Amino acid sequence: MAPNPGKLNAVEVRGLTRRFGSTTILDGVDLDIAQGEFVALLGKSGSGKSTFLRALAELDHDVQGTGTIATPEKLSVVFQDARLLPWRNVIQNVTLGLSGAAGQEAGRRALAEVGLAGREDAWPIQLSGGEQQRVALARSLVRDPALLLADEPFGALDALTRLKMHDLLRELCARHKPAVLLVTHDVDEAISLADRILVLDRGRFIEDLKIELPAPRDHADPRFAQVRTHLLNRLGVEVPGRRAA
Amino acid sequence: MTYVSAGERRPVLAVERETAPAGRFSTGAGRPRTRRRLGPGPAIPFGLQIGPALLVVIWTLGSAFGLIDPRILPAPWTVIATFGTLIADGRLQSNFLTSSVRAILGLSTGIVIGTALAVIAGLSRVGEALIDGPIQIKRAVPTLALIPLLILWLGIGETMKVTIITLAVIVPIYIHTHNALRSIDNRYVELAETVRMSSRDFLREVVLPGALPGFLLGLRFAVTLCWVSLVVVEQINATSGLGYMIELARTYGQTEIILVGLVVYAILGLASDGLVRLIERKLLSWRRTLAS
Ligand SMILES: Nc1ncnc2c1ncn2[C@@H]1O[C@H](COP(=O)(O)OP(=O)(O)OP(=O)(O)O)[C@@H](O)[C@H]1O
Ligand SMILES: [Mg+2]
Repeated sequence: MAPNPGKLNAVEVRGLTRRFGSTTILDGVDLDIAQGEFVALLGKSGSGKSTFLRALAELDHDVQGTGTIATPEKLSVVFQDARLLPWRNVIQNVTLGLSGAAGQEAGRRALAEVGLAGREDAWPIQLSGGEQQRVALARSLVRDPALLLADEPFGALDALTRLKMHDLLRELCARHKPAVLLVTHDVDEAISLADRILVLDRGRFIEDLKIELPAPRDHADPRFAQVRTHLLNRLGVEVPGRRAA
Repeated sequence: MTYVSAGERRPVLAVERETAPAGRFSTGAGRPRTRRRLGPGPAIPFGLQIGPALLVVIWTLGSAFGLIDPRILPAPWTVIATFGTLIADGRLQSNFLTSSVRAILGLSTGIVIGTALAVIAGLSRVGEALIDGPIQIKRAVPTLALIPLLILWLGIGETMKVTIITLAVIVPIYIHTHNALRSIDNRYVELAETVRMSSRDFLREVVLPGALPGFLLGLRFAVTLCWVSLVVVEQINATSGLGYMIELARTYGQTEIILVGLVVYAILGLASDGLVRLIERKLLSWRRTLAS
């Protein structure tokens, strides 16, 4: 993809290839993400979105492939499941891998930011799904990441909770300004959150779209609908009664 | 069912319908809806104590009415009196102490070695290749069958006895801890990588807590095996300890002393199992918060 002129990049990927057996999932992909840029990654199920994100997170130890990846040292990952250690309480989960009183203090602040002040000593199973995912967000924030990788972080939540989480994520990103790569199935989610949307198909990015709608983004805005129709078409979904195209 | 004539058949559901509060479960059609209970139902108060208490009552009555030959089974009061005598002349305490020291030494050594081996085999492929096979072979050979060999190697002193107990304890601790380690969810390993935990933190935050339920299960088996091995080694070649006391009583035909020994074993066994369960409840409290 075209480099971002004049901006420092948080992510630079060149010629990234990933293969499972004889199937090529990523086929020489290039990508730059600028510092503080919010990128959403769409694609059909099985198109390789998670494969790409896991490559950036360096979680794909045994996967064959080539290419170069440059990511910042401070990198956080949010998974689809909250992935809290059930045998550690909330604050311990947030401050995993951090040490000392400074870590504790930062953990408390991050929990307060996601609206869970006072729940420090709760066990993960005592929290609702949405609350667990907020703890996971706090855990990723407390590391003050320059890059936040999120693989369908709200996929397991109900629609109402998901909307609240969108607001929370938007607010947190505005404050901490990490670069974000958000993998999602939800076209509306991508449009309402991202500065830029990519569509992955057969191992390549077939779409790289800057979204320049003003915030807050209104689903009823005709421009919103236009972008949605365009993206759905790129995803191979026939949208009935489209006029904009 | 085919051999029961229609008249004799008692519909199970109908019986329960009578006990259901009138009208509470009835549907519009007036047919009461009851769901048959498949579980055993609510617990009887002091249910676990009823069986043992009944046995004691039978024993007492049988002895009182002379139905039980005291040479085969002495009366409860004889056993209690023997308890008193043995304590008064210090024999019970000193034998108990000797046995406890053996049990605790063997158990703790076995726990440390078993856990260490499980962690090494669970975290490294080389460790697994070196350790797992020998343990599986050791598992196939009953520890007690090793006694002759160990006597030749170590003599009949304390070292041999403690070694037997240790060898018996290692197996369940290793097997269950290793198994739990291996089944730690890979998602937690990924999490540890993404938050860049050090190996030490990984061990402390993920590996050991994740393996703890398996370890505690192994510990319960280990405690039982520890008592079993203790009894056997003490009855074979010992000059002190509870097993020796029992064995000596056998040669003199003192059934009441044998019974005292057995009662002490039972108390020890129950107490140690209770202790392990207590530890379990404390350490695994993160699991129980919803249930309690
Ligand atoms: N460990 C693996 N071994 C073999 N094949 C794999 C493995 N992981 C993923 N794949 C295959 O790679 C392809 C891409 O998988 P990936 O998980 O990246 O898709 P995705 O875009 O994230 O899909 P979804 O939206 O359903 O999560 C799939 O066809 C999948 O079957
Ligand atoms: Mg995926």
